[in-house]
Amino acid sequence: MGKYILKRLLQLFFVLLTITFLSFGMMRIAGSDVVEQKMENRGSVTSQEVVDAAREELGLDKPFLIQYSVWLGKLLQGDMGNSYVSGKSVFSTFISKLPATLLLTAVSILLTIVISIPLGILAAVKQNRFTDYVIRTISFIGNSMPNFFVSLLLIYLFAIKLNWFPVISSELNLKNVALPAFTLAIAMSAKYLRQVRAAILDELGKDYVTGAKARGIPFSVIMWKNVLKASFVTIVTLLTLSIGSLLGGTAIVESIFVWDGVGKMAVDAINMRDYPVIQAYVMWMAVIYVLVNLITDLSYRFLDPRIRLGGTE
Amino acid sequence: MNDTVTVRKPKVRKNHIKMRLIFFLILLGILLFVTVFADKIVPYDPYEQDMSQAMQAPSDMHFMGTDRYGRDMFSRIIIGAQTSISSTLILVAIISVFGTVMGMLCGYYGGIADSVIMRISDVCLAFPGLVFALAVAALLGGGVSNAVIALAVISWPKYSRVARSQTLALKKSSFIYAARLSGDSSLQLIWRHILPNIAGPVFVTAMLDIGTMMMELAGLSFLGLGAQPPTAEWGNMMSEGRSMLQTYPWIVLSPGAAIFVTVVLFNLLGDTVRDYIDPKNSRQR
Repeated sequence: MGKYILKRLLQLFFVLLTITFLSFGMMRIAGSDVVEQKMENRGSVTSQEVVDAAREELGLDKPFLIQYSVWLGKLLQGDMGNSYVSGKSVFSTFISKLPATLLLTAVSILLTIVISIPLGILAAVKQNRFTDYVIRTISFIGNSMPNFFVSLLLIYLFAIKLNWFPVISSELNLKNVALPAFTLAIAMSAKYLRQVRAAILDELGKDYVTGAKARGIPFSVIMWKNVLKASFVTIVTLLTLSIGSLLGGTAIVESIFVWDGVGKMAVDAINMRDYPVIQAYVMWMAVIYVLVNLITDLSYRFLDPRIRLGGTE
Repeated sequence: MNDTVTVRKPKVRKNHIKMRLIFFLILLGILLFVTVFADKIVPYDPYEQDMSQAMQAPSDMHFMGTDRYGRDMFSRIIIGAQTSISSTLILVAIISVFGTVMGMLCGYYGGIADSVIMRISDVCLAFPGLVFALAVAALLGGGVSNAVIALAVISWPKYSRVARSQTLALKKSSFIYAARLSGDSSLQLIWRHILPNIAGPVFVTAMLDIGTMMMELAGLSFLGLGAQPPTAEWGNMMSEGRSMLQTYPWIVLSPGAAIFVTVVLFNLLGDTVRDYIDPKNSRQR
C-alpha cells in the first residue's frame, strides 16, 4: 500500500512536470505577443524601444528554455508571476476565485446526489415499469439540453418570471448559488441516474441476490445491506470524477451567472491572452486531475477489498 | 413457461428496434433535407435587416418572431441548421476516424507510444473539455472551422479508448493468429480483420457522440469562439439574444429549442442504433 502510494506520488510529479512544460510551450508557441497586445489594448502607437523594454521587463526576449526554467523555479517558490492584464499576483488572484468555485462545486454535487441516487434506485427497482420510463425520459431530456440553454431557461423561469432568485450573483450565498448549482446538477443527475440504475440492475441480477430472496430475506434488507453497498464503487467513481471537473470551474455556467469562480477566471484570461493566469489555471487542473485519480483508486481499495492496487500487494 | 418467454422475446424486440430505427432515420432524413435545401425553404432572407420589423413577437407572419435587426428568426434557425449540423458531422467524422486509427495502432503495437498516447488521452478525458477547447479556440481565433479543430484536439481520445480496448481483446483471438500464420502483414491484419470487427462499437460511440458534440460546438459559439456574427448559428444566436431574455425571450429560446430538438433526435437515433447493433447492451435490458 505504502509503496503504491509512493509510486503514484512519483507519477504525480512527472505528470505535473510534463504539464508545466506543455502549458508553457503552448502559450509561447501561440505566437500572439503579449506586449504588442497590451499596447494595442491601450490604443496608442508605441515605438520599438518601448516594446523592447517591456519585453525585457517581462523576460520575453530570452530563449525558450531559459524562460521556462526561470518560470519553473519561481513556480516552485509559489510565485506564479503577475497577471499581464491586472498586474496583480496570479497566485492571490487565483486564491480569491477559489471560494466561489468550491461553493458551487459543493452545492451542485450535493444536489446531484440528492437527485440522482434515489431516482436511479427507484428506476432500477421499478425496471421497465411506468416509473422507470418516466425517470428515464426525464434523464434523456436532461442529457439533451446544452447547459447554457438550461441556465437561460432557469433564469427566465425563476429569476425573471417568478423572481425567486437573483439574475446575477454578486455575493456568495445559498440563494445566489441555487440557479448555477441547479443548472449543473440537472446535467450531472441526468447522466448519473442512468449509471446508478445500471449499476444497481447489474447487482440485482447476481446469484447471491436470488439466493437471498430464496432464503426469504426481505427485499428492502437485500437492497440496503448488499446491493447498495456493492453499487457504491460506481457511485463514488462518478462523484469523484465530477468533483474534479467541477473544481476546474464550469466555463459557461460561471460566465452566464457572472459567478466569480475559477472557470470564469480562465475564460476571461483566455480572452485577454493573460498567459500567467492561464498557466496557473492549467496547473490547478493538473493537480486536480492527479489527485482525483489517486483518491478514486484509493477509495476503491476501501470500498471493495477485492480490488488490488498496482498488483503488487 | 419461463422458457417460451425468453425464446420469443429477442425476436420481438429486434423487430421493434428495427421499426424504431426506420422511424428515426426518416425523421433524420427530413432534418437533413431541410438543412441541405435551407436556402430554398426559408420564408424570408435570413440576413436581410429591416429595422421597422425589429423585435416582433411570434405571429402569423413571423412564426418565431424577429430579432433586433428585424431578421426573421425562423429563417435564421433553418439556415443556422446548416452551420450547426454540418460542422458537428464533420467534427464527429474527423475524431472518430483519427481516434480509431490511433486506438488500433496503440492496441496492436503496444509499447512506449501506446503508454504515451494513453496518458495523453487520460488527460484529455479528465480535463473539463470545454475549457481546454476554449484555450485552443482562443489560440486559433474565432470561426467555425477553428472551433471544430479545437474540439477535435480534445475529443478524439474517446474513440481511441474504444478502439484500443477492442483491439486488445481481438488480438488474442485465434482467427487473428490464423490470419497471421497464413502470411498477413500487420497492416493487412489491422485493416482486414481488426477494423471490420471494431467498426460496430466505434460507430455506436460516434452516433451517441453527435448530440454531445453539437452541444459543445454551440457552447463555443455561445462564448463567442465559434461561428461569428452575422453568420446564423444556433449557439451564437442565443448569445446575441442573451441580453434580451427578459423582454424578448423568443430570440433566445427558439434557437435553444432548435438545438434541443436536434440533439434529442440524434440521441434517440444513437440509442436505437446501439440497440440494433448490440441488443445485449440495450439500455432497457
